[in-house]
Amino acid sequence: MADETKKTPKLDELEKGPWPSFVKEIKQARKVNTMCDDLLGQLETSYEEKKGHWKHGGIVGVMGYGGGVIGRYSDMPEKFPKVAHFHTMRVNQPAGWFYTSKALRTLCDIWDRHGSGLTNMHGSTGDIVFLGTKTDELEPCFAELTKEGFDLGGSGSVMRTPSACVGQARCEWACYDTMKLCYDLTQTYQDELHRPAFPYKFKFKCAGCPNDCVASIARSDMSIIGTWKDSIQQDDAAVAEYAKKGMDIQKDVCDNCPTKCMSWDGKKLTIENHECVRCMHCINVMPKALRPGKERGATILIGAKAPIIQGAMLSSVLIPFVPAAELLDTIKELTSRIWDFWSEYGKNRERIGELIQRVGMANFLDAIGLDPVPEMVSAPRDNPYIYFKKEE
Amino acid sequence: MAAEPVKRITDIGPPHYEKFLHPMVKKNYGMWKYHESLAPGVLCHVAESGDKLFTVRAGSPRLLSTATIRMFADLAEKYCGGYLRFTSRNNVEFLLDNQANIEPLKKDLQAAGFPVGGTNNAISNIVHTQGWVHCHSSATDASGIVKCVMDALYDRFTHENLPAKLRIALACCLNMCGAVHCSDISILGVHRRPPQINKDLLPKVCEIPTLISSCPTGAIRSATYEGKPSVEVVEEQCMYCANCYTVCPAMPLNDPENDGISIWVGGKVSNARSAPKFSKLAIPFIPNEPPRWPGVVDAVVNIVEVYAKHAHKYERMGDWIERIGWPRFFELTGIPFTRYHIDDFRFAGTTFARSTHIRF
Repeated sequence: MADETKKTPKLDELEKGPWPSFVKEIKQARKVNTMCDDLLGQLETSYEEKKGHWKHGGIVGVMGYGGGVIGRYSDMPEKFPKVAHFHTMRVNQPAGWFYTSKALRTLCDIWDRHGSGLTNMHGSTGDIVFLGTKTDELEPCFAELTKEGFDLGGSGSVMRTPSACVGQARCEWACYDTMKLCYDLTQTYQDELHRPAFPYKFKFKCAGCPNDCVASIARSDMSIIGTWKDSIQQDDAAVAEYAKKGMDIQKDVCDNCPTKCMSWDGKKLTIENHECVRCMHCINVMPKALRPGKERGATILIGAKAPIIQGAMLSSVLIPFVPAAELLDTIKELTSRIWDFWSEYGKNRERIGELIQRVGMANFLDAIGLDPVPEMVSAPRDNPYIYFKKEE
Repeated sequence: MAAEPVKRITDIGPPHYEKFLHPMVKKNYGMWKYHESLAPGVLCHVAESGDKLFTVRAGSPRLLSTATIRMFADLAEKYCGGYLRFTSRNNVEFLLDNQANIEPLKKDLQAAGFPVGGTNNAISNIVHTQGWVHCHSSATDASGIVKCVMDALYDRFTHENLPAKLRIALACCLNMCGAVHCSDISILGVHRRPPQINKDLLPKVCEIPTLISSCPTGAIRSATYEGKPSVEVVEEQCMYCANCYTVCPAMPLNDPENDGISIWVGGKVSNARSAPKFSKLAIPFIPNEPPRWPGVVDAVVNIVEVYAKHAHKYERMGDWIERIGWPRFFELTGIPFTRYHIDDFRFAGTTFARSTHIRF
C-alpha cells in the first residue's frame, strides 16, 4: 500500500552509533510530509543496489529566475511516486549564517507547508538548502519566502551565492568586514545571481584573515582574504604570561615561523615585521598577546575551482593589498572588467581560472588593465619561450 | 481559486544579517580583542569593552529535519535569547552572554544526541555533498559514509588531542560540490568505467558538438548510429571525469561494481605556517560497501591514528608528510604505492621527484 511504511533494514544500520544520524532526520520529517517515506524507500534501494536513483536535472524554477531551483526526478517514479518530483530550492543565507530562533521557525514553517521538511544547514556554497518539493509548490514557497524577506540563491551559470566567515561579528582577526562585503556584493549582483548570463559559475568568498575559514582560496573564483600591512600588534606582558604558563615560545612560536622573522631571548619576543608573510601561526597560538596590525584590508586572488574540467586550481594573487575602506569599490570595478573579458572569451563551462590558464595570465592582466607585480608569482618563468610584443 | 493579483517580490537578496545578531555581537562588532578555549566546543571571545561572549559548538548531520531545527531554536531561546549561527562546516553554534548557561546547554545538546566539540585540534564536522540522497551523478553515497566515519572518530570531535586541526571533506563525484581538493583527508567518489552511451536517447536530448567539446581529453568522437548523428568514446582516453554526463544525460557512468571511493591526504586552505595546498592521492579505490562502509572507515581511521602518533605539535597532515617524505607516509600507513599514484594529466611533471633528496 502506498502509505505503508517501507522496511529499511540497511538504512536502519545508520541510526546506530554516537554521531547524529541523517536517517533519524529523514524519519523525523515523515511526520511533516509522506514524501520522506518514498525518499527512504528509494535510498534503501540505492543502498541495496549501490547506485543512485535520481534522474539527470530538468529545468524547473520560479518565474523570472534562471537559477535557485535544482530540478530532481526519481528514475523509479512508479515505485516511489511521492518523490517523482523532489526538487531542491537554494535559499540565500544571511551573511555569516547568523539567525534568530524566530527566523529559523519562519523558515521551518514555510518549508513544512511547501516541501519535505528536510533541509541542509547549509549547502556547500553556503545556501540554506530546502531539500525536496514538487514543481507546483515552487512558486507559492517562493512567494512566502520573499514575503518574509528571504530570496533564492544561485545555481547554473550565474554568480553563485557569495559567502563569508564570521568576520568582525565574533572574530578579533577579521581584517575587514566580511559579512558586510558579502551582503553588499550579493545585493549589487542580484541580476547576475538570478539570471544565468555567464560561461559558467562564478563564486565570491570573503575570508577575514589568512586562516581562511571559508576556504576561499580553494573554492572561489574571486577570493578576498583579509590581511594587514603594518606591524603585528604585540603585548609583551601577555607574551610573558604565555611563557609563564608553560608555552615554549622558542619552539611553539619562533621555530614554526615560516620566515624565521621572530626571536625570543627568554624575556622579550622580537618580530622583524618586514619579513613577516602574515601566515597567522604566532597569532593563532598566542591570541591574547599578538594581533593583526592596524592597517587592515585584503588580498584579492583569482581563479580557484574544483577539478572539472581542466584540473583543480587554487586562487592566485591579483592585488596584494586593498585597504578595507576601498574593498567594495575596487572589487566592483575589477569584477566588471573580469566579467566582460570572461563573457567575451570564455568557452562554455570554462571557469575564469581555466580561461586565464588558456590565454595566459599576462594577457589576462592586459585585458583587465592591471600591471604585473612580483607578488603575483611564486617565481618568474623558467621557460625561455617568451611572446615578445611587436611594438617593444 | 480566487485570482487576486499579488505584487510579486523578487531580487531582494538575503535579509540583512544585522537583524540576526546577538545584542552583544552588535555592540562589540569589529571590536573583539582576543578569545580563549574553555573546553572542546566552547569558546570565549572577549571584547575591548570587557564583554564576554561564549560559544557552544555542536556537530550536526547537515541533513536536518525542520523538527531538529526547531529543537535548536528552543535551546537558543532557553539559553541565549534565541541567537545562534551555523559554521562553514555544518556545525551549529549557540551564542551566550551568561557563562552559567554553558553546562546546562551542553547537557541538553548531548541528551538530544548532538556532540559538543569540533574546535581547535579536534576533527571538525565533515563537509560533504548529497550522495544518493539527492544527486544524479554521485559515484557513492555521502551522508552514510560521513555518519560511519564520524561514528568512528567521535572522540576526536569531542577532544582536542591531535597535533593540529584536521579537516575531512567528502565529495561523491569529481564535480566536487564539496570542493574536497584542499582537505587534510578527502573522501572522493570515483567512476572507473567510461560512459555507457544511450544511443536511442542521445540525439533527442544532447547537442553533439557541445558533447564532443566537453571532453577534456578529446575521447568523444562523432559517429552515426542507425543513420542518425551520435558519438563514440575512445575508451582508453577516458579518465571518467563525467563532464560529458553533465552536458548530456545519455552518457551515464554509474556502475555499481566499478564505482567507489578514493582517499586523498595532506591538503589545507589555511596560510598558517605553510602555504595552502592540494590533497594528494593516498588510496585510488575502495569499493562501495553500504551500509556501514568498513573499508573507508578503516582507511580514514588508520591515516588519522598514524598522523596523531607521528606528527609534531602544530603540524597539519600535509606538513607532516612533507617533513617525513611520501615514501615514509606509505610505509607508516601500510598503504601500497601503485601506478595510479603517479599523475598523468595537465600539470603532471610538477609532482615528479626532481632531486636526489631521498631518505633510505
